[in-house]
Amino acid sequence: MWSDRQVLIAGMAAAFLINATANAAHAQSLGSGHTATPAEIAGWDIDVRADGQGLPPGHGSVREGEKVYVENCAACHGDKGEGKPADRLVGGFGTLASAHPVRTVGSYWPYAATLFDFIRRAMPFTAPQSLSADQIYAVSAYVLYLNKIVPEDTVLDATSLPKVAMPNRNGFTSPDPRPDVP
Amino acid sequence: MKEQGAPILSPPYGVPSPFEKYVVRKARAATATQTAASTLTPLRDLHGIITPNGLHYERHHGGVPAIDPDQHRLMVHGLVERPLIFTMNDIARFPSESRIYFLECSGNGAWSGLKENATAQDTHGLVSCCEWTGVRLSTVLAEVGVKPQARWILAEGADAAAMSRSLPIAKALDDTLVVYAQNGERLRPEQGYPLRLLVPGYEGNISVKWLRRVKLGEEPFQTREETSKYTDLVPDGSARQFTFVMEAKSVITSPSGGQQLRDKGYYEISGLAWSGRGRVTRVDISTDGGESWSPSHLQEPILPKCLTRFRLPWNWDGAPAQLQSRALDESGYVQPTHKQLADVRGLQSYYHYNGIQAWQIAQDGAVTNVV
Repeated sequence: MWSDRQVLIAGMAAAFLINATANAAHAQSLGSGHTATPAEIAGWDIDVRADGQGLPPGHGSVREGEKVYVENCAACHGDKGEGKPADRLVGGFGTLASAHPVRTVGSYWPYAATLFDFIRRAMPFTAPQSLSADQIYAVSAYVLYLNKIVPEDTVLDATSLPKVAMPNRNGFTSPDPRPDVP
Repeated sequence: MKEQGAPILSPPYGVPSPFEKYVVRKARAATATQTAASTLTPLRDLHGIITPNGLHYERHHGGVPAIDPDQHRLMVHGLVERPLIFTMNDIARFPSESRIYFLECSGNGAWSGLKENATAQDTHGLVSCCEWTGVRLSTVLAEVGVKPQARWILAEGADAAAMSRSLPIAKALDDTLVVYAQNGERLRPEQGYPLRLLVPGYEGNISVKWLRRVKLGEEPFQTREETSKYTDLVPDGSARQFTFVMEAKSVITSPSGGQQLRDKGYYEISGLAWSGRGRVTRVDISTDGGESWSPSHLQEPILPKCLTRFRLPWNWDGAPAQLQSRALDESGYVQPTHKQLADVRGLQSYYHYNGIQAWQIAQDGAVTNVV
């Protein structure tokens, strides 16, 4: 029969081995999770970067977008994007340095591709991720048209949307300048 | 009591005394929807530094999803060696750690517009503090193998807003956690059940709830939540972007707005201070509207990026008084006045207001917000 001391020493040695193994494994991999297949990634990977990376095939016109807008957006954003109860989408140009800045897609948003990303993930509010790629291109075109950023005959797709020149493209600064108070 | 009280298990999950029924969250403002909205923690009625789970402030952009943890998955992909999908069981098997951190919405406080009848819940209720348990994001990222060109991560939620924010890789590999528990139990649904990001000291919005996807990329993704929202307009019309850190701040919770001092004599001034840059090192108290200051006693533990409770004994002589608190942190930062902030940033930044709060005590003992 082992003495208490022998058991303790054996236990300490075993604990050391377990720790050593855990640390060695941790430095490499714990073998956790399972490989995400290309099909699984494609099903989840909905983001669109500012430069357009991630935009899907498809296209939509201002005219088609008006229909999408009236059916899905106008109830909250107003007939022409004037807002209430939800965010105003149109106008506000020249107000950002005033005492009453109006931040809209037209006056404030730096990247057109963000429109596609946000509409696809979060809009319409009551049925997010329900619009087709063609519908999202179209309604993006319509909102940009309401802001007089693109002409009425515009058709947007993965190539043209990120190239739309947003008025406030250079309106943002980083890195963070804080602490900024003496 | 001369009779038996209520039996055990009444109820199995304990709830506060019915006499405490007024200690609840409240909506921050009237909003167009009840799912893209926020609620405030009742700071005045809390003690110590821990926020009870049922009173943690809320900010949702598409409501609180009901997620079955057995169905939930976290995908980590992009610029990685091995894109992986984790179940909640996989997450729970990682080496875990528990840390007490505050979480604060960058919209906490107001540059203008709060009324005289505002309470500490109204002025500062978008901050809470819990012990969070989970796994370091760096441990999860080691599992997938980060490619050297990855500079930013995108974190995405499983809610109806599919909330998404970009976070620099350095912070992701530093103290950022992927958490599944708060204050000893699994996350509450409104705090991201079953899984959320917890980015210590940074604006709350980036601690993405209901976390389902992390993607690594070379540059920020420029989501709506980091362009249209959560950017800080300054007087020249430009907007600061990626202003993550919540700077040092404090609020006296007792006496505070809406309370009533009944008699002259001894009171304990008590409140909360915090800094996203580390530990609070000192909190000064003024009872004369900022003319003179006295250091308060800081209650241990004093932890980095965590609420710290401060206290100072005070004798009220029955005359009108104005109470203020001013936090200092280990970076040397001193909490500024409203004027100091407004002189630099104007009044249209909306986010990141951390000016000194003042409470006026009238001769009759009524405590009101100084507008």
